[in-house]
Amino acid sequence: MRVEQIAVFLENKSGRLAEITAILAENNINIRALSVADTADFGILRLIVDQVAEAEKALRANGFTVGKTTVIAVEVPDRTGGLATVLKCIEKEELNVEYMYAFVNKTGENAVLIFRFDEMDRAIESLQRDGFTILESKQIYSL
Amino acid sequence: MVWDKNENMARADLEQLQMERLQSTLYRVATHVPFYRNKFSDLKIDGESFTSLSDLSKLPFTTKQDLRNNYPYGMFAVPLRDVVRIHSSSGTTGMATVVGYTKKDIDTWSNLVARILTAAGVGKEDVIQIAFGYGLFTGGFGLHYGAEKLGASVIPISAGNTRRQIQIMQDFKTTALVCTPSYALKMADVMMDLGINPNGLSLKYGLFGAEPWSEKMREEISERLGIIATDNYGLSEVMGPGVAGECQECNGLHVNEDHFLVEILDPETLEPVMAGEIGELVITTLTKEAFPVIRYRTRDLTRMIPAPCPCGRTLHRIQRIMGRTDDMLIIKGVNVFPTQIEAVLFDIEGTQPHYNLVVEREHNEDKVTVLVEVVESIFFDQMKKQRTMVDTIKKRLAAELGVGVNVKLVEERSLERYNGKSSRVIDKRQL
Repeated sequence: MRVEQIAVFLENKSGRLAEITAILAENNINIRALSVADTADFGILRLIVDQVAEAEKALRANGFTVGKTTVIAVEVPDRTGGLATVLKCIEKEELNVEYMYAFVNKTGENAVLIFRFDEMDRAIESLQRDGFTILESKQIYSL
Repeated sequence: MVWDKNENMARADLEQLQMERLQSTLYRVATHVPFYRNKFSDLKIDGESFTSLSDLSKLPFTTKQDLRNNYPYGMFAVPLRDVVRIHSSSGTTGMATVVGYTKKDIDTWSNLVARILTAAGVGKEDVIQIAFGYGLFTGGFGLHYGAEKLGASVIPISAGNTRRQIQIMQDFKTTALVCTPSYALKMADVMMDLGINPNGLSLKYGLFGAEPWSEKMREEISERLGIIATDNYGLSEVMGPGVAGECQECNGLHVNEDHFLVEILDPETLEPVMAGEIGELVITTLTKEAFPVIRYRTRDLTRMIPAPCPCGRTLHRIQRIMGRTDDMLIIKGVNVFPTQIEAVLFDIEGTQPHYNLVVEREHNEDKVTVLVEVVESIFFDQMKKQRTMVDTIKKRLAAELGVGVNVKLVEERSLERYNGKSSRVIDKRQL
């Protein structure tokens, strides 16, 4: 039910993001989804990749500070209102969302929403109860 | 005009007085302070065998670490019930130094500050605005008690709130200003912003200290505020302000030698330098009761000015302090040791921290940025947590150092690794 996400510290210097993607490419690691949260002073890059351990190793070897955490991937049909239905459920259950980001599946039918909740277990339980599909990690990595 | 006649003493009489007072101090510390008793015993020193001031070189040194090791009251030469005042430097256990004063010490201190105020031109008809922080630092209270002893009208305004300071300066008709030199310039800037002409103020004198400043800064301060700006020097380990101060010649600080025996030594060899050469100022107190110190290494660099002063005082002068022999910085008048920053970061990170300390001066105000290399223990995927971490580091550093700093996270291994201590600090101020 839980998907591993890598977070990388980004100093506000140009080229850091390009360097990170180059390192992953060199190591044949595929990025499934990414999001950047930024302030004036620094950024946090969040990545869903297909080989978590290898990505961590490669990035650390190149001097990046890497953290790992678990997130939930929720599948919704890729049409208007898709996101709204998920958020309604979350609001009803009073679940606190730390952050989220989304991407569209290649096959074009579904979108995937990545969530980090304060209460992961309760979030999984509530979303499943309301009929939402929560993806397994191997499903994400092979999208 | 002098405050007391010792300022004009004949040198031979002064040396006689110093000798008597040194013997009394040696007896006091050998009897009451275990640190010195042990040191004297190890070196087989017997105070009674001292016959001349040149015997001083046989005595052991005292360092800041010695004071830290004896935190809090280990160096006191009197029981605590006789201590009427306690002052301290910033920092937590292991870094702070604590000093104490008997009633007589406070009286002596007040008189010595009254001396330097008088030398600077201030008298009992003056209105003194003391814009040094009142608290555990010796600056505020030191100047306050001296100004009161002098009989001047004291405004204990403490530091900060510049607009109010200027308002009070106008309304209360301040004639003498006491603060750090950079704060004086900041006040001048704010006056300009507010359209206030300093010539319309009643200001005549300024006594500045607690941080190093250049002749160029003095010119700027005296021109912009229309005052005679003098330098004064002191350190809490030895007493506080009042150890030395400039007369209106503004050419060197007269040392209160009847209370402090000074030496200028080579910081490496610890031998006296040639007359007039630069070296480390080492001070022995001659009249302190609660907290006497023997050959205290100040780490401040200066030189004696051998020529007699036109003002007529026979007390020798030292030149304005020109630097440090250690890595201590003075930021907004507060002493900061890079190791203090290291201790806080180590505690937060749980590992050996890597950081740089960048000090700049913007609009006459010191600005400090601590660049901290990110490590996993302080990195979070959640922005709120990451920003809270930066805030936590900021607050804890401010609490430890006694001065506010900016904190910026930088990537691992992006800062130069240092070999010696000094390369962690990037001081861009042109002092």
